[in-house]
Amino acid sequence: MSLLVTRGLVKHFGDTHAVDRVDFTVREREVLALIGSNGAGKTTLVNLISGLLRPDGGRIVFQDRDVTHLSVHGRIEAGIARSFQLVNLFDRLSMLDNVALAIFSRQGKTRKLMALADADRAVWEEAIEILRLFGLEAKARVPAAGLSQGERKLLDVAVAYALRPKLLFLDEPTSGVSTREKAPIMDTITSVVRREGISAAIIEHDMDVVFNYSDRIVAMHQGAILADGTPAEIRVNEAVAINLLGTTHA
Amino acid sequence: MDFFFIHLLNALLSAATLFLIAGGLSLIYGVMRIVNLAHGNLYAFGAYVTAWTLGRALAGAPTPLLYLALPAGAVGAALLGAVLEPTLLRPFYKRAEEYQLLVTFGLLMILGDVMHFVWGPYPLSASALWENSGSVSIAGNPYPNYNLVVIAIGGIAAAFLWFFVYKTRFGVVLRATSQNMRMASALGVDVNRMYVQAFTLGCFMAGLGGAIIVPSQSAVLDMGVDALVLSFIVVVIGGLGSLEGALVGALIVGVVREAGIAWFPEIELAVLYLMAAAVLLVRPAGLFGRAT
Amino acid sequence: MSTLAVAVESRSPVRRLVWAMPVAAALLVYPWVASQYQAMLLAYGLVMAIAALGFNLLLGYTGLLSFGHSAFFGVGAYTVALMVKYLNVGSMELFLVGAVVGSAVVAGIFGFVCVRYTRIFFGILTLALSQVLWSLAFKFFWVTGGTDGLRVPTPMLVGFSGGKTDKIEFLAHAYYYYVLVIFFACVASMWVIVSSPFGKALQAIRDNETRAEFVGIQVRRYRWVAFLVSGVFTGVAGALWVPLNGLITPENLHWTFSGKIVFMTVLGGFSAFAGPIIGAVLYNYLEAYAVGNTVYWQFVLGTVLVVLVLSLPTGVVGTADRLIARWGGRS
Ligand SMILES: Nc1ncnc2c1ncn2[C@@H]1O[C@H](COP(=O)(O)OP(=O)(O)O)[C@@H](O)[C@H]1O
Ligand SMILES: [Mg+2]
Repeated sequence: MSLLVTRGLVKHFGDTHAVDRVDFTVREREVLALIGSNGAGKTTLVNLISGLLRPDGGRIVFQDRDVTHLSVHGRIEAGIARSFQLVNLFDRLSMLDNVALAIFSRQGKTRKLMALADADRAVWEEAIEILRLFGLEAKARVPAAGLSQGERKLLDVAVAYALRPKLLFLDEPTSGVSTREKAPIMDTITSVVRREGISAAIIEHDMDVVFNYSDRIVAMHQGAILADGTPAEIRVNEAVAINLLGTTHA
Repeated sequence: MDFFFIHLLNALLSAATLFLIAGGLSLIYGVMRIVNLAHGNLYAFGAYVTAWTLGRALAGAPTPLLYLALPAGAVGAALLGAVLEPTLLRPFYKRAEEYQLLVTFGLLMILGDVMHFVWGPYPLSASALWENSGSVSIAGNPYPNYNLVVIAIGGIAAAFLWFFVYKTRFGVVLRATSQNMRMASALGVDVNRMYVQAFTLGCFMAGLGGAIIVPSQSAVLDMGVDALVLSFIVVVIGGLGSLEGALVGALIVGVVREAGIAWFPEIELAVLYLMAAAVLLVRPAGLFGRAT
Repeated sequence: MSTLAVAVESRSPVRRLVWAMPVAAALLVYPWVASQYQAMLLAYGLVMAIAALGFNLLLGYTGLLSFGHSAFFGVGAYTVALMVKYLNVGSMELFLVGAVVGSAVVAGIFGFVCVRYTRIFFGILTLALSQVLWSLAFKFFWVTGGTDGLRVPTPMLVGFSGGKTDKIEFLAHAYYYYVLVIFFACVASMWVIVSSPFGKALQAIRDNETRAEFVGIQVRRYRWVAFLVSGVFTGVAGALWVPLNGLITPENLHWTFSGKIVFMTVLGGFSAFAGPIIGAVLYNYLEAYAVGNTVYWQFVLGTVLVVLVLSLPTGVVGTADRLIARWGGRS
């Protein structure tokens, strides 16, 4: 079953064809890796699907519903959430507040002006639970600005996860993190995703990580999809080997 | 038709001073990304310096000498600007916009009272130049020659600025800095020097605006605050940071004001503010602004 | 559950009330121990504190610097004056209702236009729109009295008029307490608003607009609501201010008055809840003192502002907080 399907998705920046007639699919209950060299169009594709950018052409269908013209808010309600390549957090709010805010928003409670946020124990308990899941609970009260790069990356993921999406896009969740820290982060993310029975599409450069953790791999090159298959298939794919692996360190 | 002509001249007259003030404001914003709330008071300062020079220091002097001394206010405002930028504004370039605005708001209050202290609470006038310049007859009505001089100065200033910004080396550096301060700095531009020069030039323009207005109107303490809001309208319509925009904005505001005074005096100002708001809504960067 | 306990309990309202109680008590006894002049001066300060509190919902919590809050203050005040002039109303409660409605309508419209922008464009737009009202008040003198303004008599408070008491006596006592009650109500409701999930959402918008959108917050709509609430608080302040001052002129609609509201808030510190309150009261004393002692009071205030921004960017409350924290850290 396909969760998300794009048909002929197009985005130009001037003369750059950042995303060029892309048919992209995410299935239910899978961990998908989106790979490709810098500038291949991965982030732009996620921006289009999550609603940050408007496509110049093509359609986006999520759970058999056309979401091409839906607002960001509408897409989140439908079940699409994302993290950011360059960490995007509420820097002056604590870690706990960052996560709690996503929960309040998900539950439609941010429309309440005359209720104390702190009094809503269920939300805070869930927020703590999520931080614990990502191994972040020790610094729950630290403002997001005061965290290490790795912690910020994880928190960014945790905030997206707190929206309880059906499809989670993670844009390079382990970039800027030391090699040693990568495995635990990916362990955490993939175990959460699998346990909840949701899908994740993860943009990743480290091919070891990609082959270890994903069910399926989609490779992009110059705005188009170059290959799509299981890790075993991609490993032996010649186009990928020439265009991608040749240029990366794998 | 001649009736129309007089209105047109009046519109050009107010556009000339407005262009000088708003052009200075816009130039400073374009280069330094600072909205100087005290800018209006530099205009007022120019007006006071010229009023004092012509009306007190040179009272009774022959007309040509008065004309020669007219730019005193521009020079005074430029000197003041050259002192203010490095001392008061420079510490704030790395700080949030709120603080920059507040410092210039503080400066607005300070400058207002400095003028109050130096020149007293009463209007200061220097109308000799205006009176001595005589008038021409347009459609049977006398029209002051001095007003024509102001329009000419506005035009010359615009041409001069255009030449300065587009045809000189200084202009090239200035435009480069306004487009990308970091890159200009990496290419060896002395940004601090550029800033003080741009600020001084902006203040010179405001001061010149004050100087040329003063023979026909007295210098009064409130004039700066009122002029600032009008020049806001001009730069918002034309686009913050654009000199062409300031020119076109000043012409539009000049025409609307003149029409307003004639036909809808009660809502003349309201119409101008609403115009500014409308332009911001439709084209946030103004008619000539670059989207940033 | 211990982490949760630590994280949530430590910011419980009880801890703050420990600070607030003595202050509230002092405010309650003040008219009995201070002169009438002093009590009135404090009443002015409390009124401005309400205005600044409203203003800071935008600056401190939503990250929007308005240079047009004079509009809402002025609308609140002129609503009262016009109700007196045209409807012959004398009840303060009706004045407050009128001011809330008036400022809500104006803030609703202005907000609709302004929240599309942020930063300097937002500031200039609010300024331009507030100046529209100023120019109307200035030019339509047959309605507004022009620069002469409109006079407002002492109102009836909860049905009671001051009767034969002296006007100053009335303002320094009965009216002081009236202001104080509204002040408490405003502080309490603003505190709830900024501590509500909505308030958290505003802070999220302030910190990171894009991410706020991506946790499902409709940024513009929330900014608009914040704008509306902010305008209404400032409008209420305007309504309370007129009877105290006895006169409203277009000066209170002018953008320089907006500048004063910004000044007060930064003086106290816009990152702390109490910042605008303390800033407004302090500013009020500062201005009264400067105006009473020199004609060059603007010079004094301008210098204070520049020095303040240069040396205490977090304001009085922010700096005090830091000092207390450092002191506490050492011991
Ligand atoms: N906002 C933008 N404006 C202009 N060009 C852009 C923008 N975003 C991305 N691009 C261009 O689109 C192409 C794809 O970029 P991106 O999607 O970020 O690649 P990836 O994430 O695969 O590294 C690149 O050539 C990039 O320079
Ligand atoms: Mg990318």
